[in-house]
Amino acid sequence: MHELSVTESILNIALQNAKTHSAARVTAINLVIGPLASIVDDSVQFYWDLISEHTICQGAKLNFNRPPAKIRCQNCNHEYEITRELIPCPECQSMNLSVLSGNDFFVDSIEIER
Amino acid sequence: MSSLKVPIVQRILSANETLAETVRQRFDDHGIFAINVMASPGAGKTSLILRTIEKLAPTYRIAVVEGDTAPVTIDADKVANRGIPAVQINTGGDCHLDASMMDSGLNQLPLSDLDLIIVENVGNLICPAAFQLGTHANVLIASIPEGDDKPYKYPAIYQGLDVLLISKLDLLPYIDFRMDYFKQGVEALNPGLVTFATSAKTGQGLNEWAEWLSQKIQAHRQR
Repeated sequence: MHELSVTESILNIALQNAKTHSAARVTAINLVIGPLASIVDDSVQFYWDLISEHTICQGAKLNFNRPPAKIRCQNCNHEYEITRELIPCPECQSMNLSVLSGNDFFVDSIEIER
Repeated sequence: MSSLKVPIVQRILSANETLAETVRQRFDDHGIFAINVMASPGAGKTSLILRTIEKLAPTYRIAVVEGDTAPVTIDADKVANRGIPAVQINTGGDCHLDASMMDSGLNQLPLSDLDLIIVENVGNLICPAAFQLGTHANVLIASIPEGDDKPYKYPAIYQGLDVLLISKLDLLPYIDFRMDYFKQGVEALNPGLVTFATSAKTGQGLNEWAEWLSQKIQAHRQR
């Protein structure tokens, strides 16, 4: 559970960029987090409410964009998407897989008022 | 008052990653090869590290950085008893080491007199995967008793690995561990990953692992 460190990093990135753009208030933070990144949304939200208090980010909405991970079956070349843990190829049940994407973990944008 | 969307696209842990670069530079300035040893609690990290030290200490100058969540020096003491410099980093309850803890931990080691630094991360399969330390290789110790489904449940840690040590191989006859199933999961996440099947008890696989590490240390010195 490293959601506290993660949430602190999100706050720092938001505050820095808000300052650069002379924001009076940050209203939303748009995050992109892949299913293989092991981050729990509720936990980040919990810490966020605590640590953003008394900053210009207080009350900002955290939007979690969760793109599915892309998987390619090495056995039959079928490509499919997963939203949680790794599952066998739905076409041929093979576990001989290659992970194409799913580790996204970044702040995409912030929404500000000024 | 106007509303505005500001594009950022910045990795969430970029501050840690920047500091990890600084730590990497400190290693490189001294010609030190550093490994980040990760595992779940009880996988046998300390035992394997001690056996690795036995193999390599005659040839290389080694130090160990011990990450622990509580201020107990059990692991650091075991290493120090072998005459190897050890620094204990108490994470204060945090579940992982990060680059800033590494940076300050290194201040307590004689960097000019070292060839290899072994970092024993906090026992945990989730958090250490996300925090770069500036080390040159990520090592995971996966023990047989943990079960064969771990790659499927903890994909992130397997994806970032440079080498995998399967540990407690001597227990294989007693445990329902499907090696094929385990290896398939590893292969999906990290194709071609260098893997050694080891036992700190019988010594199996330790020479091969020590040889791999030795080659890495030498290649790093000659850069």
